[in-house]
Amino acid sequence: MDLTLYAAGAVAAQPLRAGLTALGIAVGVAAVILLTAIGEGVHRYVLAEFTQFGTNLLAITPGKTQTFGVSGAMVSTTRPLSLEDAAALARLDGITAAVPVIQGNASVEFGERGRRTTVLGVNHQVPAVWQLRVRMGRFLPADDTGHPRAYAVLGAKLHRELFGDHNPLGQRIRVGGERYRIVGVMAPKGQLLGFDLDDTIYLPVAKVMAMFDREGLMEVDLLYRPEMASEAVAAAVRSTLMRRHGHEDFTITTQDQMLEVLGSILGILTVAVGALGGISLLVGGVGILTIMTISVHERTAEIGLLRALGARPNQILALFLAESAALSAAGGLAGLMAGTGLARGLAVLVPKLPVHVAWEYLILAAALAVVIGLAAGVAPAARASRTPPVEALRSE
Amino acid sequence: MIRLQDISRHFVIGDNTVHALDRVSLHITAGEYVAVMGPSGSGKSTLLNVIGLLDRPDDGRYLLDGEDTTTMDEVRLAGFRRRHIGFVFQSFHLVPRLSAAANVELPMVLAGIPAEQRRRRTTAALEAVGLTDRAGHRPEQLSGGQRQRVAVARATIMGPAVLLADEPTGNLDTASGMEVMALLETLNGDGLTLILVTHDASLGGRARRMVKLLDGRVESDERLSTGPESTP
Repeated sequence: MDLTLYAAGAVAAQPLRAGLTALGIAVGVAAVILLTAIGEGVHRYVLAEFTQFGTNLLAITPGKTQTFGVSGAMVSTTRPLSLEDAAALARLDGITAAVPVIQGNASVEFGERGRRTTVLGVNHQVPAVWQLRVRMGRFLPADDTGHPRAYAVLGAKLHRELFGDHNPLGQRIRVGGERYRIVGVMAPKGQLLGFDLDDTIYLPVAKVMAMFDREGLMEVDLLYRPEMASEAVAAAVRSTLMRRHGHEDFTITTQDQMLEVLGSILGILTVAVGALGGISLLVGGVGILTIMTISVHERTAEIGLLRALGARPNQILALFLAESAALSAAGGLAGLMAGTGLARGLAVLVPKLPVHVAWEYLILAAALAVVIGLAAGVAPAARASRTPPVEALRSE
Repeated sequence: MIRLQDISRHFVIGDNTVHALDRVSLHITAGEYVAVMGPSGSGKSTLLNVIGLLDRPDDGRYLLDGEDTTTMDEVRLAGFRRRHIGFVFQSFHLVPRLSAAANVELPMVLAGIPAEQRRRRTTAALEAVGLTDRAGHRPEQLSGGQRQRVAVARATIMGPAVLLADEPTGNLDTASGMEVMALLETLNGDGLTLILVTHDASLGGRARRMVKLLDGRVESDERLSTGPESTP
């Protein structure tokens, strides 16, 4: 304890040098905290974006794959997901809504204006399943799936681009050469992972299948009762489709799985940006190493004196380790305060940037700072403890 | 107390081997006042370092307080140094950032003595060297003589049996030098074994025994009739 005070005194005796050395660690710690705060913020933001669609969702895509999407090699042996499949699934016990989905890209024209946009072929269940709100008019009606009327619903951005502030309800537009009547406009939803949910047009799924000349759906989204277990629903869906297709040529993705995969990807992202901050922490550690090496060299006579006064080699070791630990701890503490302060400030200044200071990363950064400080101090301290006392005394 | 038997210490400098100590045997009993003299390079400092357990002999045996120190490891040597030996250096070797009191306290800190006891003993030690009013001063705020008195207080704070003084007046003017010598001799009068290394004959003449070294060997070892009292 008293040796610690002695070490602290040695650090404090050269405030400028100690301050600059600690600054290196402080910058590193602050960088780790700031970067992980942004990483963690993005993580939470993305997960929130996903869960806004509800967590009791289940998606069926054609083709048997372990990951998302359709494997090209599987297409030929895969029976397409049909509207009848979707209808059969919708009748399952516990399923409250089913949306068959087909997506494409087409030009939407109104008078002189035109715009290429994302076309979503869906049914009337979209607002319920995707948790979207209709701002004007209504969504697509519950028509006969095979023979729907030519109605269209605009995304908020498409509405603005084609009509400005004018009311588009009842207007006729052309999509892929066919005429549709606008029955509704969606409330703005924003972007999700670069996909603009507002730059879209919703059309009846059968019309879009014909437009793109496709036999099968790209996806069927099912909404099940919240109290049901996703595994049980997935099992029921699997057995129904197996009966209809003969073998498992489809993939069921539950929202839980999706969140899990997404969460782990985003977790890696956070760790990766944290590691970038860790590099600057390492540089700060090199600063401590440098200063401690110089300090041991400069204070050789003091080391000799302490040995003459009866200090054991491990007391000398502890002394210099304590000094480097004190430097890194001071830097770490300053970095903690600066890092959290900056993160909070950033959240206020740039409200759109998701920032979340996570305690586990705070503790990690602080612990890392002390570990790096100690590690940087080991070599100089060991050198100090091994210096023969006679030589040390003679060095003055 | 101190028994050196055929102690040798040599250093290799380039192609030459320098015999700093060449089979030196010496027996110093408790309470003695010994001056070690000789021209520079005669091995005085090496002898002092060996006696002070700062340096290990290459050959021979060194018994301190009846124990063979030549076979001890660093940790035991450090303990022996702390308990038995005090050093006073020519250049004082005070820690510049610490106050006089803190410098005196240092050996007790290393020995793990509780703070309250440390304070009490420090106050007494500073009083003994006449520096009570300088306790809070740093070395740079003290005169040379005052610094050396702080060093003496530090060297004796652990109650050692032997005080090793290497040219203790070398950096001091005559008056302060005499003050420090008087202090050391008072301590010797109280029973402390005092070994003084110097090349100053008038200083060496104050001791009761004089060991002269030449080229690493004991050239002469004589009892002096004059004690410190008879010196003007």
